[in-house]
Amino acid sequence: MSDSSTASPAANGTPTRSRISEAVIRIAGNSQDGIQAIGGFLARLAGRSEQEVMTFMTIPSTISGGPSIFQVRIGSGEVLSAGDEADLLIAFYQHSYDEHIRSLKKGGIVLYDSSHVTSNEEWEKDYHHLPVAISALTIESIGGTAKDKGKNIYTLGLVAKMFDLNIVKLTNLITERFTGKDVSIVNTALAAFNAGYSHSLGNVLETFEFIESQQKTGHQVVMNGNEALAYGLIAAGVRFGAGYPITPWSDIMELLRRELPKYGGSFIQCEDEIASVSMAIGAGYAGRVAVTGSSGPGISLKTEAIGWAVMAEVPLIVVNVQRGGPSTGMPTNVEQSDLNIAVFGGHGDSPRVVISPANVEDAFYTAIEAVNIARNYNVPVFILTDQSIATRIEAFEEPDFESICQNIGPDFKDVADHKPYDLSTPSGVVPRVPPGTRILSGKYPIATGLEHDEMGHPTGSPKLHMQMTAKRRKKLQCLGESLPVPEVYGASEGNILLVGWGSTMGPIREAVDKATAAGDSVSSIHIRHIHPLPPGLETIFSGFNHVFVVEMNDEGLYGYGQLANLLRARYCDPKIRGLTKVDGLNWKVREIIDRARSTVSVGILKR
Amino acid sequence: MSAIETAPVGQATVALPTPNAERKPLTEKEIAADHPTWCPGCGDFSVLALYFKLIERRKILHEKITTIAGIGCSSRFPYFVQAHGAHYIHGRALPFASGVSLSRPDLHVFVFGGDGDAFSIGGNHVNHTARKNIKMTYVVMDNFVYGLTKKQTSPTSPIGFKSKTDVWGSMDQPINPMKQLIAAGATFVARATATNPNHLLSMMEAAMDHDGFSVIECLSECIEFYEGAFDAANPRKGGIFNTVSPEHDVTDELAAYKLADTAFPGHFGVFYKVTEPTKNANEAKINAGAREKVQGQADWQILQKSFSRMK
Ligand SMILES: Cc1ncc(C[n+]2csc(CCOP(=O)(O)OP(=O)(O)O)c2C)c(N)n1
Ligand code: SF4
Ligand SMILES: [Mg+2]
Repeated sequence: MSDSSTASPAANGTPTRSRISEAVIRIAGNSQDGIQAIGGFLARLAGRSEQEVMTFMTIPSTISGGPSIFQVRIGSGEVLSAGDEADLLIAFYQHSYDEHIRSLKKGGIVLYDSSHVTSNEEWEKDYHHLPVAISALTIESIGGTAKDKGKNIYTLGLVAKMFDLNIVKLTNLITERFTGKDVSIVNTALAAFNAGYSHSLGNVLETFEFIESQQKTGHQVVMNGNEALAYGLIAAGVRFGAGYPITPWSDIMELLRRELPKYGGSFIQCEDEIASVSMAIGAGYAGRVAVTGSSGPGISLKTEAIGWAVMAEVPLIVVNVQRGGPSTGMPTNVEQSDLNIAVFGGHGDSPRVVISPANVEDAFYTAIEAVNIARNYNVPVFILTDQSIATRIEAFEEPDFESICQNIGPDFKDVADHKPYDLSTPSGVVPRVPPGTRILSGKYPIATGLEHDEMGHPTGSPKLHMQMTAKRRKKLQCLGESLPVPEVYGASEGNILLVGWGSTMGPIREAVDKATAAGDSVSSIHIRHIHPLPPGLETIFSGFNHVFVVEMNDEGLYGYGQLANLLRARYCDPKIRGLTKVDGLNWKVREIIDRARSTVSVGILKR
Repeated sequence: MSAIETAPVGQATVALPTPNAERKPLTEKEIAADHPTWCPGCGDFSVLALYFKLIERRKILHEKITTIAGIGCSSRFPYFVQAHGAHYIHGRALPFASGVSLSRPDLHVFVFGGDGDAFSIGGNHVNHTARKNIKMTYVVMDNFVYGLTKKQTSPTSPIGFKSKTDVWGSMDQPINPMKQLIAAGATFVARATATNPNHLLSMMEAAMDHDGFSVIECLSECIEFYEGAFDAANPRKGGIFNTVSPEHDVTDELAAYKLADTAFPGHFGVFYKVTEPTKNANEAKINAGAREKVQGQADWQILQKSFSRMK
């Protein structure tokens, strides 16, 4: 907890109030306890109070039973990560207490359900213990249904009291959440909340109050990364998609299935991932920009078809919500180990575009960018997101819908003549002429996966194969030249440059801030365009002694993570080294700093 | 839309097109593209010729159809047709065609392919396209063998057929395409042969007129790797061409199944035909309901409303 005014507990034991700028709250229980709901309410409240917020959630892949946590970090300044250590731990069970107490910072508060948890004397010295019989008090407050359902809302009341949260806004949020259900459900929820709020926190020596937010932005919206990505696709004008369920991709397909009909579109659930990608490509051939997506094994199944879209030059969006792999791997953990399959997956030379969002807000805008690249270059575009972005909730400024939403419906105006694979355009890009278009010359195109001539008819000509291969490559080279040079975060020259991609942007930037404050010379860049790479990276690299690529994947046979490999191949710069890990968890800020410092002390050639 | 997309090549150089109403039906010359690469005597020529006839007879304009195929000798079909077409990957033509059909109600989608494409690698797609009843016409050119890859056992090869992968004779139970299609829920299931052109054309017309997933299994001889496979169904080769009796009730699933159970050469004609809502219609209905609720709102306003619930 970053205190803005030092508050020492009053000597007489009466509670004091400290003004704080941010707080990290971790809630640990089981997946059916509705702890995501507590986190969700806190995140939404922060959004409505123009505060920055970021959450982090782990859920077991089984539907019910397993342990589950939700961590929320709320701040008045910029919040870059979900926080390394918690200020407050709420523990519902003994296992929650035992396993998560170490996520608490020294001197932090553990609020635990004394109906289930026995405290450990050893730990009582390091952490401030606050027992509340949450289960028993919840049952009492909502009138003896003998079920402790509702203890999440009761706990929310406790937290609201402790952090002096705006209870009018919270009450509204609770009411909205249960609107449409039985009135008694709303009343029960409010009863539980009020009971929690009025519970005397007794021996708590401190309560807290957030200082006014610095950045009064416009209206904020609060959602997770899968939602932002799906809505981004809708804003971009995508009106057709197909998929097969798999965690953590399923949320996106469920949302699109539900929402697209409002816009006159549809999303189809298919028999498998091959059918899904094929259906999306079919719609792409028919004049749309369609989406398919998956996670883990489902991506492997799509690779043959994606190669066809590259060859036939049909636009396609492939969302890959990365999770731990290979095979079924770690379905509910984060990993960035699909960069290779996104960039290189498939047989033959099949250049495609890969972009990766940095956070929840960026997922929304990346979707729009991906769609525009796909339709302007007639190429498959991977959106490489991950489990961390998918499941965490962030608040961001409401987009300007009117100016952002685009209509990309196909155009069937007659054309005089059409060569689908015209070799004479400098960029290699040929406008699409979808079926339904009359071609006055009477010569019609075939979209094909066989190597072809300019009309799409099969050829075995060595010359044409070379020319067409170059054409498909040239399109991406053209795109690469037009991309913006990434901005350096921190000083533009120095000792260490941290290079990140995807969901690691926040913790990497926070590591830069912390290390810089401690006197280190560290900067970072974030690469959103993975393939093609943006221009200007070699100039940026030249300003630093060390370039560390921070990734959540394995160091591989030769000591480099997947992006590091790509950058080394591209820039032949021995300064480029990898900082990788595969524990299935987000990078902690401290981990990044420690690993960077220790790697500097090792020579350039790792092995 | 980007500048790249709005500037079709050479548009200004041609005189004004004839309005659709005044356009003459296409001649075979206008609808034929590349000369087929099939072996002389291949049954597939006849299927292609009848497709041209269908287009001519039903006055279909170039741009109103798409011809889609997977991979195989038979799947080369789209290159030989002068109209929009796609030559997709092995076994997946149906989901590709479904993407076209579901996003483009203005087009009639025709799919052509082989028995391996349909019932081996693409087997599950056949089942699911059938149960979804996606509107399109599918002609399986069944030659009981893998032609393109040069004589391996196919899922319809009869037991005892000597192929390069079963030199002692095939031993796996062959698939009965009619039974599989009926069981999967296809709403129009017919059987024809390339050697009876008039009958095949009438099947194609009936299939095209069916509102739903219409499938024809058309026996089409591979002269190269399974010569004489269908002589028993060809009166000119001493066989018998048994048409489905006019008394057969095409809506009776069990009767259709019984017909499909007759030993080779079996029957030819429509085995099964029922009216069920198509996926296309079902999706359109959902859309109409959803659109009614957001009437008068631009897309950006609908999106704004969704976001207002996430504050
Ligand atoms: C994924 C994949 N596996 C294998 C092949 C090779 N292959 C091409 S066509 C074919 C079988 C063709 O048989 P069929 O579908 O009966 O068509 P026919 O040639 O007999 O008309 C095979 C195995 C391929 N193209 N793609
Ligand atoms: S190999 Fe058989 S199926 Fe292929 S073209 Fe020749 S005859 Fe026809
Ligand atoms: Mg065959």
